[in-house]
Amino acid sequence: MKRLLIVIAFLIVFLLIALPFIGIAVGAFEQGAGPFWKALVRPEALHAMYLSLLIVVIVTALNAIVGVYLSLELVRGTWIARRIKPVVNALIDLPFAVSPVIAGLMIILLFGPDSLVGAFFEGHGAKIVYAVPGMVIATLFITFPLMVREVVPLLQEIGEQSEEASKTLGAGAWRTFFQITWPSIRWGVVYGLVLTIARSLGEFGSILVVSGNILGKTQTATTLVYEDAENFDLVAANSVAFVLGVISIAILLCLEWMKKRKEAHMHAH
Amino acid sequence: MHIEARNLNKSFGSFHAVRDVSFQVEKGRLVGLLGPSGGGKTSILRLLSGLERPDSGDLFFDGKLATPLSVQERSIGFVFQNYALFKHMTVFDNIAYGLKVKKKPKAFIRERVSYLVELMGLAGHERKYPQQLSGGQRQRVAFARALAPEPQLLLLDEPFAAIDAKIRKELRLWLRNLIDEFKVTTIFVTHDQDEAIEVADEIIIVQQGKVEQQGTPWEIYTSPASPFVASFIGESNVLAKPVELRGFPELADHQANGEWLPGVSVLIRPEAIEVRPADTTYLATAGEPGRVTRTHFRGDSWYLEIDTGKLQLFAYQSTKERPFQPGDEVNILIHQMALFTPGQSRMLENRAKEDPLPIFI
Repeated sequence: MKRLLIVIAFLIVFLLIALPFIGIAVGAFEQGAGPFWKALVRPEALHAMYLSLLIVVIVTALNAIVGVYLSLELVRGTWIARRIKPVVNALIDLPFAVSPVIAGLMIILLFGPDSLVGAFFEGHGAKIVYAVPGMVIATLFITFPLMVREVVPLLQEIGEQSEEASKTLGAGAWRTFFQITWPSIRWGVVYGLVLTIARSLGEFGSILVVSGNILGKTQTATTLVYEDAENFDLVAANSVAFVLGVISIAILLCLEWMKKRKEAHMHAH
Repeated sequence: MHIEARNLNKSFGSFHAVRDVSFQVEKGRLVGLLGPSGGGKTSILRLLSGLERPDSGDLFFDGKLATPLSVQERSIGFVFQNYALFKHMTVFDNIAYGLKVKKKPKAFIRERVSYLVELMGLAGHERKYPQQLSGGQRQRVAFARALAPEPQLLLLDEPFAAIDAKIRKELRLWLRNLIDEFKVTTIFVTHDQDEAIEVADEIIIVQQGKVEQQGTPWEIYTSPASPFVASFIGESNVLAKPVELRGFPELADHQANGEWLPGVSVLIRPEAIEVRPADTTYLATAGEPGRVTRTHFRGDSWYLEIDTGKLQLFAYQSTKERPFQPGDEVNILIHQMALFTPGQSRMLENRAKEDPLPIFI
């Protein structure tokens, strides 16, 4: 019985995870390295990958700063009333519960050219929806909980007293954060960043809705794969997908390595 | 630094933690904030430190208004109950932190830290991390860290709470000597009356957010201002019902129909009770007859439970004397008792001891 379960488990892992990736790899190199490479250096592919990278960088940077700040305020802040905190806490998890497509739709309704906010920005020459800002907002929405959910438990665990001790010794808020708080939450932030990168690189649903998928303009790597597949250009689709897959695996390996590092760090003293 | 608190109030939500607290502390004194757990001692300490802001009331440091000053500007040292050492820093860096914040020259920092390390008996541990130290060593690091920037006011939150009972007693003397050496005004919080009595120049008794009494340990022990203080400091026999006791005629004025008048309480310290054999000749008529019901060995004394028929009392007997046995008839001489009436507290002396009718043998 036990053996059977093990076999089933491995079979599922193989069928659901390993096999598709092998399929993509085979598909990408079906006609050799030449077409694979050609598919990647298409101008639209290069632009899509550049755009994906841009969104990942912006979203990760914003998420790091805003996420850490919000975590600090949620745990330490006194200005958020006690009764409101659980509400904010629940709101942060909303992106986990809401389908990305709906998230994209919300952004269109909120910032679209027909909306008040959208019209205001458009009037000042800044497009949000069907442009990069909207895509960044959508990705930020999707990835937002990742950082907060990593950092908040850490902050709760380390408690406030070290920070208070730092203040009684004359240190200001910035010094206290960088010298006392930061070393304790560093690995949690790094972990959150890695998750954010992986998630924003792979984001599809909300991006598809918000970007309008305009070739060479708002097309990201994931929506390009979608379009290539739609056009039955399977080699091209597989090639880009393969690159995305490899990056994701690299990121996850990096995460594993950091987890070990974190544990080693915790047991070092 | 001379400290004055004036009508401090602080609430956390609907919990009124500090109520109209006022007190003064002379420069260089070692003062204990003593009271039961949850009585607001730590809140008062945190108000002094600036980690909490009072809802109303003011603080004066050396006569100058200190209420608006931030924690950083108050030049205080704070030792937390669980020390709150910086885990990722070595002992050296922990102690040096406050000096680095003050941008002291490197050479000065090294000198000051090595002086403190030496003084605290931490030599050889400078490169260790807090996790590698014992509880007592961590505590000394916390003291050194708080003292390094030469604070004007040292605040200690239950400094010995996390230490074994045996070492705790040794540390009291150590703390006393340390404060004498640094001559810094120190306020410490404790719920341990022995600790407060032994270490402090002055004790402030805090209960339910209010200051019950401030005074030297001697004053507080010998003339408690309220029944709470009397029962909290030292041990007491509480007279629940009025009884007639030889030598204390005043008690009759404070009762009606077999009950004390409202707000009256009477306490007798066990050390004010002298237990003698029933056939004693010394001031026999000033004593009450009674019988020993139980005895307990306390190491340095015998704890006796005595029934006089009118009331049950406990008292101590020196181990040097012949120990009483349960059932022994005894004569107990109550030397004094504390009488609390609304707005007043008095020590009643046994009048029968003066023996108005001396018997000549």
